[in-house]
Amino acid sequence: MRRLLALLLLLWPLAAEGEEVVAALSQTRVAITTGFTGSEIFVFGATKREEPAPADQQLDIVVAVTGPPEPVKLRKKERVAGIWINGEAVQIDSAPSLYVVATSRPFHEAMSFTDDLRYKVGLENAVRLIDAPLWVEDPDAYRQALMRIRRDEGLYFVKEGGVDIIEDTLFRATIDLPAKLTEGDYLARIFLLRDRQVLDVFHTSILVRKVGLERWIYWMATEMSWLYGLLSIAVALTAGWLASAFFRYFLP
Amino acid sequence: MNIYLPIAEMSVNALLLLGLGGGVGLLSGLFGVGGGFLMTPLLMLIGIPPAVAVATEANQIVASSFSGVLAHWRRKTVDVKMGLVLLSGGLVGSFFGVRIFAALREMGQSELMVSLCYVVFLGIVGGLMLIESVNAMRRSRKGTRRKPRGSRHTWIHGLPFKMRFRQSNLYISAIPPFLVGLLVGVLAAIMGVGGGFVMVPAMIYLLGMATTVVVGTSLFQIMFVTGFTTLTHAIVNQTVDAVLAVLLLVGGVVGTQIGVRLGPKLRAEQLRILLALLVLVVCFVLAWGLVARPDELFSIDPGVGH
Repeated sequence: MRRLLALLLLLWPLAAEGEEVVAALSQTRVAITTGFTGSEIFVFGATKREEPAPADQQLDIVVAVTGPPEPVKLRKKERVAGIWINGEAVQIDSAPSLYVVATSRPFHEAMSFTDDLRYKVGLENAVRLIDAPLWVEDPDAYRQALMRIRRDEGLYFVKEGGVDIIEDTLFRATIDLPAKLTEGDYLARIFLLRDRQVLDVFHTSILVRKVGLERWIYWMATEMSWLYGLLSIAVALTAGWLASAFFRYFLP
Repeated sequence: MNIYLPIAEMSVNALLLLGLGGGVGLLSGLFGVGGGFLMTPLLMLIGIPPAVAVATEANQIVASSFSGVLAHWRRKTVDVKMGLVLLSGGLVGSFFGVRIFAALREMGQSELMVSLCYVVFLGIVGGLMLIESVNAMRRSRKGTRRKPRGSRHTWIHGLPFKMRFRQSNLYISAIPPFLVGLLVGVLAAIMGVGGGFVMVPAMIYLLGMATTVVVGTSLFQIMFVTGFTTLTHAIVNQTVDAVLAVLLLVGGVVGTQIGVRLGPKLRAEQLRILLALLVLVVCFVLAWGLVARPDELFSIDPGVGH
């Protein structure tokens, strides 16, 4: 009973404002086929309210799509005897495999730092390093490096102004998923904000799956690796023989 | 034209890979090298994870070397007996090499060791080949002929287990070819290559084999060792990417066939200088990568994540 009360209290400020977000994605399944070159997801929706919109409070929408979080090890190169050598690994406790955020205004003009911390939306809060080994002089450099590397690979990016708001009610955004996508259940969150405070959140998952040939090859490689290895060799030998026979016939 | 690789989990340009396969296959047919020493670094350069690059490259070399072996077989330029002795050493070497590589990966130093191995071996082999072939060209210009190598007596001829290798025009102990095969097997597993660039010079300069059968015999041994490596990687690491392999080997087998036909039309000494220069260029590029300050000091360890 006490727990339920606590939960109600927690939800209270959300419910009290009375404004909700209704949203939909153009697709909640992404199929990785042989010709997969990335995917574009169209996000659209509206705010739902009983009373007229408060005129003095700025409406903002933040769309965040994140891949499954996982630990990542980073190494820093050091110069030893004139050669650059990898140092000891430092583990980043949690980092999403993909991080794409679109906002209606510059990020912290749309969302307060407090709510950013609470919902872990901003990149700074999405990549976490809790406890680094004692010998690490600057743990945050590792975290920053991971964000930099993933940003350069096109896996992490923020589109400020990527959400269009129409008539203080409707909104739309396009989220570009890169070609370097891995399988997993991706999380899409759409935040409704007024005066930088989160009023409501819409959650949905995007299931990223390999299909067809891609799925079959991956399954063979992991589940029947013996057969897969032998088949790989057989394919190689056949191709070698075909080329040899072909050239002998046409270009003796 | 982009294509998604199921094991590497990334999208790449199919035409680029076909071209890479073709170019490297051409060298394979010309010189009797697997071409892995060029392909593996190139694949890593376009962003393929090193473990996938190494394993898949082994699979591709099976195709290009088989295609080459067939062509040499018809011309009767494969010394099967010598090939089998080299192969027995190669399988033993590959077995240990895989374990060494696994230990290095654990320490996060596999990349460094691979680069160091490349620099050292490519440097030695390329340098020796260049000196040797330049000297040979000078001699042939002067009109003097080099003494046939088979008649020279060295310590190698004093070893036991002598065998007659008719096609190689040799009567030597089985120990040196076994050891050469062993060394190449270890290198093949650690560096993700066939090892032809070490074996071909070793066969010519160390064993003194007749040059006509060197390329065919080298390809014969490489085919089996890389087949063994492919299977090991597929079972242990599951890093063989079938789509990537097919793209590479389609280009590769075609390139090899052209190379094999082009080879006899070119002059052997010039060919060897060309290969020596190529080996030295790759060596220099990798050495530069070791000493130059990298743009990004940090790297993501591929050991975890999946």
